[in-house]
Amino acid sequence: MVLSRFSQLGARFLKESGIGQFWVTRRGCVKWPSSHYLYPTKSLSFSTAVTGKAQEESSEQKEKITVTFVDKDGEEKVIQVPMGMSMLEAAHENDIELEGACEGSLACSTCHVIVMDMEYYNKLEDPADEENDMLDLAFGLTETSRLGCQVIAKPELDGMRLALPAATRNFAVDGFVPKPH
Amino acid sequence: MGQLLLHGWKLISRGFSSLTPHPLRVCIVGSGPAGFYTAEKMLKALDGAEVDILDRLPTPFGLVRSGVAPDHPETKLSHLPETWKQIVVNQFSRVAANERCSFFGNVNLGTTVSLSDLCKMYDAVVLAYGAESDRYLGVPGEDLGGIYSAREFVWWYNGHPDCSNVSPDLKNTDTAVVLGQGNVALDVARILLRPINELETTDIAEHALTSLRESTIRKVYLVGRRGPVQAACTAKELREILGIKDLHVCIQKADLLTSAADEEELKKGRIQRRVYELFSKAATSHQQHDIVGQRELHFMFFRKPDRFLPSESGNTVSGVRLEKTCLKENGASGKQVAVGTGQFEDLKCGLVLKSVGYKSVPVDGLPFDEYRGVVPNMKGRVLSLDQAEHAIVEKGLYVTGWLKRGPTGIIATNLYCAEETVASILEDFKNGLLTPSSGSPKPGRQGLLQVLENKNARFVPFSGWEKIDTKERMEGELRNKPRKKITTWEELLLAVDG
Ligand SMILES: Cc1cc2nc3c(=O)[nH]c(=O)nc-3n(C[C@H](O)[C@H](O)[C@H](O)COP(=O)(O)OP(=O)(O)OC[C@H]3O[C@@H](n4cnc5c(N)ncnc54)[C@H](O)[C@@H]3O)c2cc1C
Ligand SMILES: NC(=O)c1ccc[n+]([C@@H]2O[C@H](COP(=O)([O-])OP(=O)(O)OC[C@H]3O[C@@H](n4cnc5c(N)ncnc54)[C@H](OP(=O)(O)O)[C@@H]3O)[C@@H](O)[C@H]2O)c1
Ligand code: FES
Repeated sequence: MVLSRFSQLGARFLKESGIGQFWVTRRGCVKWPSSHYLYPTKSLSFSTAVTGKAQEESSEQKEKITVTFVDKDGEEKVIQVPMGMSMLEAAHENDIELEGACEGSLACSTCHVIVMDMEYYNKLEDPADEENDMLDLAFGLTETSRLGCQVIAKPELDGMRLALPAATRNFAVDGFVPKPH
Repeated sequence: MGQLLLHGWKLISRGFSSLTPHPLRVCIVGSGPAGFYTAEKMLKALDGAEVDILDRLPTPFGLVRSGVAPDHPETKLSHLPETWKQIVVNQFSRVAANERCSFFGNVNLGTTVSLSDLCKMYDAVVLAYGAESDRYLGVPGEDLGGIYSAREFVWWYNGHPDCSNVSPDLKNTDTAVVLGQGNVALDVARILLRPINELETTDIAEHALTSLRESTIRKVYLVGRRGPVQAACTAKELREILGIKDLHVCIQKADLLTSAADEEELKKGRIQRRVYELFSKAATSHQQHDIVGQRELHFMFFRKPDRFLPSESGNTVSGVRLEKTCLKENGASGKQVAVGTGQFEDLKCGLVLKSVGYKSVPVDGLPFDEYRGVVPNMKGRVLSLDQAEHAIVEKGLYVTGWLKRGPTGIIATNLYCAEETVASILEDFKNGLLTPSSGSPKPGRQGLLQVLENKNARFVPFSGWEKIDTKERMEGELRNKPRKKITTWEELLLAVDG
């Protein structure tokens, strides 16, 4: 009978310890492959009124957008993301704590980000079935959740704010909640 | 080895490590996702950590090698150079290549080394040895021939050396019954139903390919004790099986009717909602059903196994008696559970795969919750009960992965799980609980090597696995597949020598 008491104990400990109140600040020793997304920069409709050096400068500026990442403590980091780059890749290049365990192959959902303004969320194309499948398994899913590896920088997203899901990682994912028997 | 140890000494200059006179010596048992993510996070977090990963097999990566279906890595995204399975394997291999990390294959906790051996030798022992047994149904006839657990069947087609002899007979019948409707059930059903040419270019075990090529199975029943709203599978896997070429999918429309409680579940559960939508779509979509020898997949809901029926010879299974069920709300959990209605029906078949969940096995000296099949723990710290039945923390002993949470979750779930366990180790280390200030430091790797030598036990280092890997890939290349798996203990160990 000693053993069966463990279940109750376990439950109590979980409650008392408020599982998952940490945020390990690190990146795995995973080398990130260089960008495979090639964005058709030529087709972008930049202002044609400017010429020469001025035009060069402006298109250089416009080849990057500004994105703000907000971590679970509310700390903000503003970064420049080149067109065509995924938010996951951008996060990694800027030492932002976003996992990305499957390196963008839509097999993990550890690159989950929350788009903070509905307005920007609506500017994104709807998630494909494959992205939705993985969002199903994401921790702390919200209405404006997306997978960072699938959100690709484009001009309309300039100024977007992305929140990293809070570390309320309680494993309540994919059937962990004990099932009835 | 002496050199390796020396190197460990040199690395203790930064971070927490400066608090102690010797590196933190960590032993991880099990080289599946849980074990490797733990190693990765441990090495990263603590410059002075030395990590040894033990596995009972000569091959690393746990269920990534022996569980994940062979046709899964096929879904490669066009912009990526590799399949996701290869990506995971590459990540783990980079961890193993870290000079502070060593792999000891062919070392079984429980036989080659004991838990008390390891606790004596290492500052921290992390158990990550998964769930290598099965939930039992406990109905009459469960031991008849032709009935296998999904785990055995999966190990067989994935070339796990413990199951190379399983050899299920796929030629005596046209019908297989799979009990359970989780993702594993979908995996085994898909392997039985997929056109053989689509399996030929995968790393499926050669013996399984031969058997499947000759298979006479045309109908697979996936039987669930609850309804389509409660099915345990996820959308991705369901869509995959529904999409098999020329497959006739049968779902009773009546089973799709929902109660108020079902509607409530659908409202709350995004996974359930998307799975249910797929079932509804499949039930109403028009399908061609006039192809000769067409394969059929039948989803059967609201049926639970009552007993297995023997064939005339009495030794093998000839069918399953199913009891119809209805759903009742369980007061305690608020969940809907399946309750028998007293109505029975028999389903004829020559093969049964029980896919009702995996189960972990305890080792000597380890606290274990028999009911849940997991090691009791607090954020990964192993708990035991003292004489007064108070929970106490087992110093230096940790758990992660399926052994900690039970047999659910995808590969990436183990990353968060490992993160939590590593955070506990770091906290205990910082509080001085793992490395006593006085007395001699624990021997770690050197101690393990000594024990292995004393026992005349031969371990397989990561370079040994790399030899197996190279051989498998070379032989695979000749057959136009990613690898030809080596599937017996003898040949695996021979390849290490080769
Ligand atoms: C059939 C199947 C298919 C799956 N497919 C997918 C998929 O496609 N995608 C996905 O994301 N997830 C999939 N999963 C889930 C995923 O495999 C698990 O979440 C994950 O492998 C669990 O990790 P683990 O490290 O706890 O256990 P395991 O991967 O089982 O690793 C345990 C390791 O411990 C070793 N070991 C066992 N006993 C001992 C001992 N006594 N001494 C030493 N070593 C020991 C074993 O050899 C093994 O290497 C699948 C699971 C199953 C069962
Ligand atoms: N591609 C992938 O990502 C992939 C592939 C394979 C596995 N996995 C993961 O690995 C984990 C394990 O998968 P799994 O399929 O073994 O487990 P699972 O998802 O827990 O499914 C178990 C199934 O068995 C049924 N069951 C349990 N006890 C039963 C009983 N006594 N009688 C009848 N039916 C019973 C359950 O029904 P009830 O719901 O009624 O209990 C459920 O349908 C899951 O988390 C899964 O997602 C992932
Ligand atoms: S990195 Fe795995 S899904 Fe985005």
